[in-house]
Formats: sequence, structure tokens, C-alpha cells
Amino acid sequence: MFLQAIAFYLLAATTVVSGLAVITARNPVHSVLFLITAFFSAAGLFVLMGAEFLAMILVVVYVGAVAVLFLFVVMMLDVDFTALRQGFARYLPIGAVVAGVLTVEMIFVAKSVANSGAAANSTGPAANVASVTNAEAIGRVLYTDYVYFFQTAGLVLLVAMIGAIVLTLKHREGVKRQDVGRQTARNTASGMRIVSIKSGEGIDE
Amino acid sequence: MTIGLIHYLVVAAILFTIGVLGIFVNRKNVIVILMSIELILLAVNINLVSFSVYLHDVVGQIFALFVLTVAAAEAAVGLAILVTFFRWRGDIAVDDVSVMKG
Repeated sequence: MFLQAIAFYLLAATTVVSGLAVITARNPVHSVLFLITAFFSAAGLFVLMGAEFLAMILVVVYVGAVAVLFLFVVMMLDVDFTALRQGFARYLPIGAVVAGVLTVEMIFVAKSVANSGAAANSTGPAANVASVTNAEAIGRVLYTDYVYFFQTAGLVLLVAMIGAIVLTLKHREGVKRQDVGRQTARNTASGMRIVSIKSGEGIDE
Repeated sequence: MTIGLIHYLVVAAILFTIGVLGIFVNRKNVIVILMSIELILLAVNINLVSFSVYLHDVVGQIFALFVLTVAAAEAAVGLAILVTFFRWRGDIAVDDVSVMKG
């Protein structure tokens, strides 16, 4: 139990500190790297809670796909990032006040929920009592009761993929391209011409 | 010393506020705003998973999975819009987006 507490505080501190570093780093590349750290330590928190499947999905989806996408875009765009930091100091006081109030409120809500809500008489994390693995438990519910939601999630991803491609695809002018339709529609009559040339004369095209 | 539901909820609350603060202070840098949104969604996921684990109901984790899906789709489309906007204006200052009316 003591070891669990140490792991929790370590992972929680890493998550919060790297989250803060994401929004304060001067270089956006550093921001992305801190975002990766935050997601890794959040995945550690998930493992600590007993949600291993979601932890691994978090690492695969966020670190493997989203963070790399962010890195690509940050490095691809040639932007003066110092100019974009204007107003950081100006908005910091009001932002800090709002953030402080929000944190205090949310901690109070969390306290009351944990002490007198539905979870108040919880017997502890589910992993201790469950007889099936976490992935199996998720699969049993996801593919039965929530199968339409699952399909809809797939549809959302498809739409996002098509949308991203349509938004970024650019047809440049003056680039020679293969036109398969024209290529296969070509036959002897349209592609070849027989010219009889008299000797000593060329052909004028 | 035992770690209960409240500890995870507090971590999620702090992470959520960091995300909101990030949107406040980086108003011009849309890339950092997108990352702040990712942080907010991560905080939501931590809340969902911790309630799911402490209420012994796996549905919370399934919702977290859907939140993850939507977050990935949002990041992809957001960054695609950003790239298009950058091609259009040569800059990513979001204060100028209102110029693109019509």
C-alpha cells in the first residue's frame, strides 16, 4: 500500500508538472515532448488504478499518433513562435485567478462526491475483486451493449480522416500527372498515324 | 496513506485547470491551444476511469475510449485546418482568423 502511494504521488507530480510545462514552454517542440511525458505518466496512473487496457491505448494513440502528428506540424510550419507568445504575461494574472478559483471549486466538488456520492461506500478499486482481465471486461461490454457506439466511433474516425485529407490535399498546376483513363482509352487509330514520306523530304508536323 | 478516489479526482481537477489556463495565456498560439484541449480531455479521461474503477462499472472506461477517439479525430482535423490556414496566410496567429469571413 505504501509502495502504491509512492507510485501515485510520483506519477501525479510528473503529470501535473509536465502539464504545466506544456503551456509554459517557449519552444512548441518542447511543449509536445512534455505532452508526451504527461500522457505517459497518466497511463501510469491508469495502470495503478487497474485500467491496463486503456493505459496501453493511451500510449499507442496519443504518443504514437497524436503527439507525432503535433511534432510534424510544429516542425513543418515555419512560424516565428516568439511573436505568438505576446500577451502571455498580460493574460497570466487573470488566467491564474480563474484557474485558482476553478481548482478550489473542483477540489471541493471532488471531496463531496468522494465522501458522500455514489462512490462513498466503494470497497476499493475493482481490479482487486474482478475475476476477468480488464481487456476482457471492456470487450464484453463494448461489443455487446455499446456496439452501435463502437461503430459510430469508427465512422467518426473515417470522417476525420477524409476531412483531414480533403483539407490538406493541394492540386498544384503545371505538374505532369499520369491520367489512367486517357492512357487506357488510347487505341491504334488515335495513337498512331501512318505517313508516307517521299525520299529527300522530311515531314512537317 | 491509502490512495482513494479523491486523490485521482484532485489530479484530474488540477490537470483540467492547467488546460484551461493554457488556453488563457497562449491565446495567439493555436498549436498550444490544441495541446491544452488534449490536456483537458486527458483530465476528463482520468475522471471517467477513476469513477469506473471505484464504482466497479466498466462502462466508464468505454466512455473514456470514445473520448479518446473523439480527441484523436479532433487533433487530426484541427491540425489539418491549421496547415490550410498557414498556407493561406503564412502565419498561424488566431486573432486574424476573423479576416477569413465569407
